[in-house]
Amino acid sequence: MSNIIEIRNLVFKYINDEELETVALDGIDLNIEEGSFVVVLGHNGSGKSTLAKHLNGILQPTEGTVLVAGMDTRDEKLMTDIRRKVGMVFQNPDNQIVANVVEDDVAFGPENLGIESEEIRRRVDEALKAVDMWEFRSHAPHLLSGGQKQRVAIAGVIAMRPHCIVLDEPTAMLDPVGRAEVIETIMRLNKEQGITVVLITHHMSETIDADRLIVMADGRIIDDGTPQQVFANVQKLRDAGLSVPETTQLIFELRKEGVELPLSALSVDECAESIFKAFA
Amino acid sequence: MLKNITLGQYFPGNTFVHRLDPRTKLLIIVVYIVALFLVDKITAYLPVIVFLAISVMVSKIKLKSLVSGMKPLFVIIVITAIINLFFTSGEPIVKLWVVTITKEGVRAAVFMLLRISLLIMGTFMLTYTTAPMQLTDGLESLLGPLKKIKMPVHELAMMMSIALRFIPTLIEETDKIMNAQKARGADFETGGLVQKAKAMLPLLIPLFISAFRRADELATAMESRCYSGGEGRTKMKQLCYGAIDVTAGAAAIVLLAMVILLNTFGI
Repeated sequence: MSNIIEIRNLVFKYINDEELETVALDGIDLNIEEGSFVVVLGHNGSGKSTLAKHLNGILQPTEGTVLVAGMDTRDEKLMTDIRRKVGMVFQNPDNQIVANVVEDDVAFGPENLGIESEEIRRRVDEALKAVDMWEFRSHAPHLLSGGQKQRVAIAGVIAMRPHCIVLDEPTAMLDPVGRAEVIETIMRLNKEQGITVVLITHHMSETIDADRLIVMADGRIIDDGTPQQVFANVQKLRDAGLSVPETTQLIFELRKEGVELPLSALSVDECAESIFKAFA
Repeated sequence: MLKNITLGQYFPGNTFVHRLDPRTKLLIIVVYIVALFLVDKITAYLPVIVFLAISVMVSKIKLKSLVSGMKPLFVIIVITAIINLFFTSGEPIVKLWVVTITKEGVRAAVFMLLRISLLIMGTFMLTYTTAPMQLTDGLESLLGPLKKIKMPVHELAMMMSIALRFIPTLIEETDKIMNAQKARGADFETGGLVQKAKAMLPLLIPLFISAFRRADELATAMESRCYSGGEGRTKMKQLCYGAIDVTAGAAAIVLLAMVILLNTFGI
């Protein structure tokens, strides 16, 4: 499969509040395949949000290149095309909803692209159905729950028919119910519509179903592989200031005591089964 | 407490008046105000009152909500009427100590009372039956020709609709900050005016900072969704005039004609 995003030796430096030059991203090389579900994991200050902002040209690299479907994000003329390909969902649902009515907000993106009104109507209905918010189309956004607002924001992005959605900690401000709603929605979009998903998060539980897990620390990629491969290296994750899922934690501790268990059992059921087998 | 604040109250409905194009309603309100100010014979108020009464009945807006909306302005209306009553020179009817009430004074007071009340009620009818977003859309479309002389019409309409969108969000936030400050012993209720104003400071500063942060994030989000000003933008919900707009427009013209007619031939 082809790569929707190609990053070559990306370095990003900025001047911080104390007027010191800070390196936020330090030589990132990364390809993201079309149609994949990629999770980027890292604690605060690891550079994961900065990386996300490079994927649709909000930030431009200090050194190196970012190519979105072959287009260089440093080219101002290509910006609209790039942002059509890569949609972005942010952390705070309140600060990305523009309109007073749910459907008007979803229409905002397609309206900016200058699409005909009947086609916008069609796309808005489709997008709202895809995130399961169609019944709320004429509601005021401030009356919705956090999870619902975030799903409206996702609908606003998919109404532009992007190839890739980047979600920058979309669940950080949500309660567990809202978090589950949002994760379930983006998984479905990835599976059913083949939209590439890049999910930035620091919640371990959201990483388990990913095709690929990228771990960042101090502006570098320190690990990259399937969730099973990454979590197998418990010590490395701990060194990066990250904890592993509770299931992995349990298996890791049991292995230290000499119990033969595979580290690849990530879900609660798999874990329970492998422990059951080991002791049977 | 802050939840009760309403700005530009809107009563949703699906009546003739609600379904009118916002541009029609804006134009009608202009005609209505012109007609109202043209009146200079008392009988000429009749068509204006009838016009308002019909629109109130058709839109099923409760008279009570129309009157209660006028409460904050009640004092102003009364003061204006009283000033007109006592300070208009002319043929005296009643003389009490230093004040004289003249025939012209009574007339001027009645005129003022009617004019201001009808003006307020008429404009209330507009905001009561039109959703704020529709109003901004209508304004943007009506002021569209001004774009030719470099008036930022689209930008103004966008700012208005974003402001409307964020009012509930900021009210919620004010409530939150207020509670947080109260929990730490802040006192917003007691003291004189100066003290109360001072107490608002720890409320306003965080609110301002957060509003700026929100604005920054919103701008990034809008750019991410390919927003680049009004140029080349389309609309999902396009405004279009229908048969009902013609009917309503005709009614407004009849109103204007009646006022002019009664001004000339009435008493």
